Amino acid sequence: MIDRTVLKEQFVKWVLIAFALSSLLFLFLIFAFILGEGLPLFLKVGVKNIIFGMKWAPTKGYFGIFPMIISSFLVTFGALVIGAPLGLSCAIYLSEYSGKKMKMFLKPAIELLAGIPSVVFGFLGVIYIVPIVRNYLGGSGFSLISTSLVLGVMILPTIISISFDALVSVPKTYREASAAMGATKWQTIYKVIIPSAKSGILASFILGMGRAIGETMAVIMIAGNALKIPTSILDPLRTLTGNIALELAYATGDHRLALFSTGVVLMLIIMILNYIANFGIKRKIAK
Amino acid sequence: METKIATDKLRVSFGDLTVLKDVTINVEKNTITGFMGPSGSGKSTLISVINRMIDFENNVKIGGDATIDGRSILGDNINPIELRRRVGTVFAVPIPLPRSIFENIAYGPRLKGVTDRTSLHHIAEECLKKAFLWDEVKDRLSTSALKLSGGQQQRLCLARTLALKPEIILLDEPCSGLDPISTAKIEDALSELKSGYTIILVSNNTKQIARISDFSAFFYLGELIEYNTTDKVFTTPSESKTEDYIQGKFG
Repeated sequence: MIDRTVLKEQFVKWVLIAFALSSLLFLFLIFAFILGEGLPLFLKVGVKNIIFGMKWAPTKGYFGIFPMIISSFLVTFGALVIGAPLGLSCAIYLSEYSGKKMKMFLKPAIELLAGIPSVVFGFLGVIYIVPIVRNYLGGSGFSLISTSLVLGVMILPTIISISFDALVSVPKTYREASAAMGATKWQTIYKVIIPSAKSGILASFILGMGRAIGETMAVIMIAGNALKIPTSILDPLRTLTGNIALELAYATGDHRLALFSTGVVLMLIIMILNYIANFGIKRKIAK
Repeated sequence: METKIATDKLRVSFGDLTVLKDVTINVEKNTITGFMGPSGSGKSTLISVINRMIDFENNVKIGGDATIDGRSILGDNINPIELRRRVGTVFAVPIPLPRSIFENIAYGPRLKGVTDRTSLHHIAEECLKKAFLWDEVKDRLSTSALKLSGGQQQRLCLARTLALKPEIILLDEPCSGLDPISTAKIEDALSELKSGYTIILVSNNTKQIARISDFSAFFYLGELIEYNTTDKVFTTPSESKTEDYIQGKFG
């Protein structure tokens, strides 16, 4: 005689396992699909000609995405230059200086920032940042610096919330020990708290990079999308994500496959970044 | 005898709870004074007034006065950072900073602006010797302080406190988590140190107080019940509560 409640428990358990595994399945399918579509061109044209190729003219048989790889990294680096100091400062303020009321006001505001659709960021960038750059710095305004500025703001929530978690998890006893040795609050922060939270803070930067390198909509709207390696911060550029989004709608044949190859490269970069970030977080826990 | 630390009707409350009730005590210079009493007796709170770590607590009310060298240490015109460089503290649980042994000791002097490596090394050697730790760590000053044993960590914390060149050392149950051998080493170090410092030792271990302190104070529920030379307190206590506590009838 099988107990009905036991049967029910088993049923619920297996259904939940199935749902849980489905996310893994989706991930696997995405991988399989992108690799399946993107790898053949690598075999046909050669890895070197795609990754290090300087010329992108897919209808004429040139599939070089090197300028886009460099552009993606430049934009991401620029975003980090702007977002990292801002975000870390904000996290330090929140964890060490702000009162309860300020925290209750600021944290939801930062979370809201994360929820704003990227097209809105792109829109604001086109309306405000691009003209300002054009009028005061020169060029068309659609540029590396405009894109970095907007992305820098977009990655703030990631950097702030993860750095904040890392900072508040530094044991209170460290703060007390440092204070007992006559350290001021700021001395304690930069000599004890930040070094102790270092791996978490680095992880926040890397996850912010992952967010910046994968961002598409805002980037297309502001970057100018020119097919060359920018030589100044005022030059337009085209990122890997932008390339896929701009051309997929009309691409056919090898051109279409080349966009999937772009996707493979992008996916690899993001996977490596995530791996580094996870490694950083795990090391912190192990300590 | 010269009074180093004094309190006058010191009263401390957290919210509605009064944890120190009009405590008046004079701690003499260059002695070890033992504070004993069951938990909740207010001895640790008294320590946190002297080093102003009580500033980190919320909702505190302080009445009466506390002085060092006759000057009040309460109130807003005292800089607690300056005060804590004169009053070193060793906590119950050793808290080495997650840095090397050398860096732990160099931390305090560096905050005061000593940057020259040779002087820092001199300070480290001198303080580690005073804390009876030098021989065990002299070959590995650059290894992480977290790799030391509990007893070594506590002596490192003592050495680190000495590096501040404080006038006063407060030890809040420094041996509560240590084995007897480590405890003995700390006690030896303290006995040697008292000629140059004023030491307050908070301990639940009455035997430890009897062994190394010159004066003993017994606290109970926020009140100072008895305060006298250690000999007197332990041989002929004037209060029956003190006697009961020393004999282990309650604790």
